[in-house]
Amino acid sequence: MTKKKDGISVNLVSRQKLDEFSSAEKLEFILKEVQKGKVLVLEHGLTPMEQTELIAHTMKEIKQDTFIGIEMEGYGEDKPSIIQKILGVIKKPRMTVIGPADLLKTVRKDSNMIQTRIIPGRGAE
Amino acid sequence: MGLFGKTSFAFILHRIFGKKHAKIGIYGPPNVGKTTLANRILRDWTGDIMGSVSEIPHETRIAKWKKDVKVENGNSSLYMDIVDTPGIATKVDYKEFMNTFGLSKDESKQRAKEATEGVIESIRWLEDVDGVLLVMDATQDPFTQVNVTILGNLEARKLPVLIAANKIDMEDSSPATLKSAFPQHPVIPISALTGYNSENLYTKMVDHFGKKRRKKRR
Ligand SMILES: Nc1nc2c(ncn2[C@@H]2O[C@H](COP(=O)(O)OP(=O)(O)O)[C@@H](O)[C@H]2O)c(=O)[nH]1
Ligand SMILES: [Mg+2]
Repeated sequence: MTKKKDGISVNLVSRQKLDEFSSAEKLEFILKEVQKGKVLVLEHGLTPMEQTELIAHTMKEIKQDTFIGIEMEGYGEDKPSIIQKILGVIKKPRMTVIGPADLLKTVRKDSNMIQTRIIPGRGAE
Repeated sequence: MGLFGKTSFAFILHRIFGKKHAKIGIYGPPNVGKTTLANRILRDWTGDIMGSVSEIPHETRIAKWKKDVKVENGNSSLYMDIVDTPGIATKVDYKEFMNTFGLSKDESKQRAKEATEGVIESIRWLEDVDGVLLVMDATQDPFTQVNVTILGNLEARKLPVLIAANKIDMEDSSPATLKSAFPQHPVIPISALTGYNSENLYTKMVDHFGKKRRKKRR
C-alpha cells in the first residue's frame, strides 16, 4: 500500500454524524473507511448487536493479502440510573476505536483507558 | 372421555413429567478450549466426543452438535443439545498459521478462509440457542472486544449465560480476574483438560439453563 508516505488517518467521528446513519449505513461507513486504512474513533460506540454484525461483515470482506480484519475496542453501554430508567432513557454505548488489524494494535484495556498503538505490519498482535 | 380431550391430557402429562430441554451453545474466542470442554461434557455424559482439538487456532471451523445429552445433578436433570461453535474473532490472518504454526501457504489460506466462514456460522447460531456457555482463557486478559461483544449480544437477547474460566490448571491463570471483570454473570473456574471442577460446572448448567428455560417458556 502507498499509505506510508501519506501518513495514517485517524478520524474522530462525532455522535451527530453517527446518529444520521441507520444501523446498516453506519456499519457500511465504518467498514469502508477501515478498509481504506483509516483508524476511526467513534464518539458513540456500536451496540452489541451492531458490533456482532460488524464482525460478520468484516469476515465477508477479508482479502487475505490486503485486509485481514479489524481491531475494535470500546466500552459497554452506560448503566442508566434508576431515574433515567423511570424516564425511559435508553442505554448508550460509549466511545470506540476501530481500525484495520494490520495497523491498530491494542496494548491494554481496562475499565478506564484503552491503550492502542498504530504499528504498520501484520503479525500476531 | 371426561374433562380432558386426549391431546390436552397428553399435553398436561408432558408439562408435568416431560423432560426439560435446552439448546446450549459453547462460545468464545479461538483456542480457549471450547472443543476440549465439549468433548469432556460428552465423554462424561454420553461416552462420545465432539471433535478435534488443536493448539492451532480455528481448529473448529464448522459448528458441531450432539442432541439430547442428559446432564444430571443431585436432584434434577436437563437434556441439552450441545453445540460446539467455531471461535469468534475480529481478524483472521493466514500468515499467522504459516509463521507461528508452520502450516504451508495453501493450508494456511484454506484454514483462514474456512475460519472466516466459521465466525459467520457461530454468529448465525446465536439466533438458535437457548443458553450459552461462554468459555474464556483464564490465563488471558478478559476485557477483549470479542468477549465484551458476545456478552453484550447475549444480554441484549436475554439469553442465560455461564462463563467457564478455563485452563485453571495453568500456573498463570487468574479466574479471580475474570470474576471481577464480569460480576453480573456466574463464573465457574474449570480445567477442561484435567476435568477439575467439572462437577460444579454440570450442577450450575442444570440449575441455570433449566431455570431460565422455564421462565422463558412461560
Ligand atoms: N492447560 C490447558 N490447556 C487446555 C485446556 N483446555 C484446552 N486446552 C488446550 O488449548 C488448545 C485449544 O483447545 P481447543 O479445545 O481446540 O480450543 P477451541 O478452539 O476453543 O475449541 C489445545 O491445545 C488444548 O489442549 C485446559 O483446561 N488447560
Ligand atoms: Mg474448537
